[in-house]
Amino acid sequence: MKIYFHISVHLISKPQQIQAAKLGHFQKLFVTLYLNELQCRVHSFSDPEGFCSLFLCVCLRAMEFSELIKTSKVDHVLLSRPFLPPVKGTLCITSHHLLLSSRAGDKEELWLLLRNIDAIEKSVQNISGYQSIKCVNQQNGDRYTGSSGIITIKCKDLCIMYLEIPGMEECLNVAKSIESLSSLESIRHMYPFFYRPKEPNLQEGWNLFTPEEQFTKLSLHTDNWRLSYVNKEFAVCLSYPEAVIVHKAVDDAALKIIACFRQSGRFPVLSYHHKRTGMVIMRSSQPLTGANGKRCKEDEQYLAAVLHPDKKGYIIDTRSTQAAHQAKVKGGGFESKTKYHNWKRLHRSIERGRVLQESLIKLVDACNDQSNSIDRWLSKLEASKWLSHVKTVLTIACLAAQCVDREGVSVLIHDSEGRDSTLQLTSLAQIILDPDCRTIDGFQALIEREWLQAGHPFQHRCASSAYSHAKPKQEAPVFLIFLDCCWQMISQFPCSFQFNEHFLIILFEHAYASCFGTFLCNNEKERFTLNVKEQTISIWSRMNRPCERKQYMNPLYERNNLAIWPSVAPQSLQLWQGLFLRWNRSPEHQNEAWEQIHHIMESSRRKPHPTSAQLSAPKEDY
Amino acid sequence: MEYIITPKVEQVKLLDRFTSKKPAVGTLYLTATHLIYVESSPEIRNETWILHHHISAIEKLPLTSTGYPLLIHCKNFRVAHFIICRERDCHDVYSSLLRLSQPVVFEELYAFSYNPKQTEMSRGMGWKIIDIEDDFHRMGVPNEYWEQTDVNENYEICNTYSTFLCVPKEASKPVIVGSSKFRSRGRFPVLSYFFKENNAAICRCSQPLSGFSARCMEDEQMLQAISKANPGSPFMYVVDTRPKLNAMANRAAGKGYENEDNYSNIRFQFIGIENIHVMRNSLQKLLEVCELKAPSMSEFLTGLENSGWLRHIKAVMDAGVFLAKAVSEEKASVLVHCSDGWDRTGQVCSLAALLLDSYYRTIKGFMVLIEKEWISMGHKFSQRCGHLEADPKEISPVFTQFIECTWHLMEQFPCAFEFNEKYLLEIHDHVFSCQFGNFIGNCQKERHELKLQEKTYSLWPFLLAKQYPYQNPLYKPSAVNIVLKPNTAPFNFKFWCGMYNRFDKGMQPRQSVVDCLHASMKQKTDFEETVADLNQKLTHQDKSHSDSTFILPMKLSIEEDSTHLQVIGAPQDYLEEEQMMFTNGAEEVIETVSAGSKDVDNVTDSSFKCQSTLNNIDSLELVKLNIHVDEDNHQISQDTIEK
Repeated sequence: MKIYFHISVHLISKPQQIQAAKLGHFQKLFVTLYLNELQCRVHSFSDPEGFCSLFLCVCLRAMEFSELIKTSKVDHVLLSRPFLPPVKGTLCITSHHLLLSSRAGDKEELWLLLRNIDAIEKSVQNISGYQSIKCVNQQNGDRYTGSSGIITIKCKDLCIMYLEIPGMEECLNVAKSIESLSSLESIRHMYPFFYRPKEPNLQEGWNLFTPEEQFTKLSLHTDNWRLSYVNKEFAVCLSYPEAVIVHKAVDDAALKIIACFRQSGRFPVLSYHHKRTGMVIMRSSQPLTGANGKRCKEDEQYLAAVLHPDKKGYIIDTRSTQAAHQAKVKGGGFESKTKYHNWKRLHRSIERGRVLQESLIKLVDACNDQSNSIDRWLSKLEASKWLSHVKTVLTIACLAAQCVDREGVSVLIHDSEGRDSTLQLTSLAQIILDPDCRTIDGFQALIEREWLQAGHPFQHRCASSAYSHAKPKQEAPVFLIFLDCCWQMISQFPCSFQFNEHFLIILFEHAYASCFGTFLCNNEKERFTLNVKEQTISIWSRMNRPCERKQYMNPLYERNNLAIWPSVAPQSLQLWQGLFLRWNRSPEHQNEAWEQIHHIMESSRRKPHPTSAQLSAPKEDY
Repeated sequence: MEYIITPKVEQVKLLDRFTSKKPAVGTLYLTATHLIYVESSPEIRNETWILHHHISAIEKLPLTSTGYPLLIHCKNFRVAHFIICRERDCHDVYSSLLRLSQPVVFEELYAFSYNPKQTEMSRGMGWKIIDIEDDFHRMGVPNEYWEQTDVNENYEICNTYSTFLCVPKEASKPVIVGSSKFRSRGRFPVLSYFFKENNAAICRCSQPLSGFSARCMEDEQMLQAISKANPGSPFMYVVDTRPKLNAMANRAAGKGYENEDNYSNIRFQFIGIENIHVMRNSLQKLLEVCELKAPSMSEFLTGLENSGWLRHIKAVMDAGVFLAKAVSEEKASVLVHCSDGWDRTGQVCSLAALLLDSYYRTIKGFMVLIEKEWISMGHKFSQRCGHLEADPKEISPVFTQFIECTWHLMEQFPCAFEFNEKYLLEIHDHVFSCQFGNFIGNCQKERHELKLQEKTYSLWPFLLAKQYPYQNPLYKPSAVNIVLKPNTAPFNFKFWCGMYNRFDKGMQPRQSVVDCLHASMKQKTDFEETVADLNQKLTHQDKSHSDSTFILPMKLSIEEDSTHLQVIGAPQDYLEEEQMMFTNGAEEVIETVSAGSKDVDNVTDSSFKCQSTLNNIDSLELVKLNIHVDEDNHQISQDTIEK
């Protein structure tokens, strides 16, 4: 209660909090205090009042998650992390962050989102000689000189840092607290629901990219497609958005029937319309033909209607022929040649699920290997198979794009569920074909359209990254492989993308742990149920602020209206060093190079291009 | 010409190894120096020129349905796959090339017939552009510790060294001579690089003839003299770049390595770079991997690992880093040798110099480095590059490895080098091309006897003359010398696609950052030139007409630069929009004026145009940026109109 009193005194000195106090709602108070906690970061801890208030809110928040936070504050903690000198200070654990302050200034502060922690390991050192844990307990937790513990924090963004904590028990408590707080599973308790940045006007991000807008653009070029609200209130398909684009020849009643014939109700929808040839890319899930070859007349008619008379279409099934046949036993299946005339099936196997997750784990392990041997490095790199997966995905995406652009045929892409490798292909094919997707806005729209609204289960796939000890459930770096493929294209076409590698890295980070709500949940329905759009902030709101945008701009960008065909030869594909070796290799010289490029491009003042970046940049900042 | 049986073969197909595209059809010409393939495509004339000297192997493959395949491997890693219709033609081309690609005597080399139509004077001047003596002066040699010696003036002591050599002042002539007798092929310790910041030096030599127990007083004195020439350090390193096993094996042949007990204050170190035979085989394996048809990622990475190529590159790099660290951080002098001191020693010394001294990272400095550590110190270019028909076991990619190490450094330090990848490739090409005299022969003595300076041209002036494409636009020259400290963790070493798959255009990045930056820089200079040019014209006009209207655009164009500086701080999108409008506006003004200046009679007319443009700018809300300009000029123009 003493703590509470202090806070009341403190509240009176801060008018903005009085209002919250008036509401008299304890929960509200937390939110406001959290705001205060954020301000502490700005003011730094050298300001005693700031620190005091931080400390108080740490204590208060500790009450909320009190059963989880064993120790909320430890002094004399030594933090070491890549590229920065070690710093000693006070460690605080709040319900969403791990903070460290040296009280000497705000530079060396650690401000780590607990959600970003993938794994922690603890080792207890006892410098003064062996003493059992029992002995420590007998001393009732008294700290004695010479004992300390080291906590290794492995983050989802692949960074590894170390905390040296005096006192064994303290160390174990900290570790325990971090462990339980970083593995909270309730989405409602996640940080995006508490994050309230100070910048105004951060609401527009949620409404930037809508199916309606996509349809408006589409209808400029073709009137064969319509916007259907058959999925209103997610009645037909849980993982589709409420509005989808389908062929005009199929009515909503038929769609409902088709939905029953496709796994999870994911009936074929339009993904991309290629202006030059008028051909389209569609995506769906597998048809539920089952072992005895069930048919669905509506489904067959729908696909037939999509094709121009006497034109062919390709169905790219990202499972091997064998896997597709096996799926029949479980009620799944594929479109048989006899029932879908003019559609030719291509089986191109893309790995999914656990295999990918293990590949990522092996790759990161190889990157962190301290051995000095090239042979070991190359063999570990090879054994991880990461680059093989990248090559496969990119190759098949090129194939899909080639069908549409060169062969002049339409394509339907699916695997079993159509929420993973299908989306990799549809999105990459668009980057290859559509110059708009290579702009910042276009790429954001693509992520929104082909990943978020298309129902890629981010919550499941990105629950843990390369270090987690937890038993893998549904984790898989499907999105990361997509980002890696984008990076491969950027490195082969350095002038054709409006954004840079940094942009992709930020997306990777936020997909795994974020203060924004964009990558929360598995689909639109879940976001709707949890009120994500009302209660959290969209990452696009932040990324589109001019000062942020500047960091993601590629100074070499010059709009290239042609399709870009990347080389998929092993010689041309490289390890994405900027991401995987980010914490092992100092970025100093690469940064210097980019500064130099910026400088040259600015001083030579090439005429800027009136891209969508200028046309749709947020206006209220001016 | 007598070896050319069929000078022209028609209907030859050239296969693209990596795409299943329809092969090109064209005509193959055989000239005295080149194999030329001209595609018979009606739209664009596509030519492939292959220098005979670049051909390393020719293979006749078994007959296919389309004809007789002829596979040509080049030293610059081009692989050309021709298909010739008639067997007779194929065989003729094959046997001609077999002979033409392997000259027997020096006089057959391209350099002796290459004639760029220069005067004797400029030829002579060209040979003098790169001067090693100047470089030693630059390093601060001679000084109180080091001096030039004329001991090898007539190549008496060591016939593979040049005449210009630097040794410690303390080493007397008898010591040098004695030491040279104790060293393989007389290659006694000489100065390679002097680090003037702390007096530490890198010296190079060949292995001592120590056998199991032999000693040489003079050699011991020689090393002591080197050590003493660096009073800042109590010891010196002696680095044997060979694997320990190889060095020990050499002892049985009466050669070997320094015994630490016999020499005072030395620290002996093996580094373990493999010999020329291992390197040759490794490259062979690497090239086989590069030539795999559609390999999977695993096949490629496994092949890359099995070739061992990157392991060898890393070994060379590690050695260079060791030297640079010893000199710059431990302030210790280093003596480096391998067996004969002309392969691994050259690689390691030149790499260390590249790390230690930013001068060698310039276009000209790199020439000096090659001239100093490779050409003048007697690297066996003739054998290693297979210039003449000789023992294939003497061929080895020693120089290629040095070039590749340089490339790895450029990848790690993108702003540290004045040159770019193209420069490295160009030099690498010419080492094999024998188009210029620089790399012909193995040592100064041999080159002198061949009268190369009178009969051939030097490569360097040609590279210097067209250096623009070789420039690295990111280069940041620094006033102070910066020692590079590369990260040599394994992941920094990657396959150099630009070298080994250079002619497979499909594998290269489709857009080049360097080209893009070059283009934009050129655009800038062009624009500046136009402005300067116009200003000059205007001044000229001004004098003859003294009409105040013409001051306007001049002011504008000057103002433009300064506004640019002002707006850098503005928000990004804002900046771009205004810049664009402003540039457009400004260009219009200049256009108008240049039109006006041609037509001198229509002065009033053009002043009206200026006025309207100005109003345009006004309406575009540029007032904020150059309000003062506007006010000034507005008035001037209005005055004119009133007149």
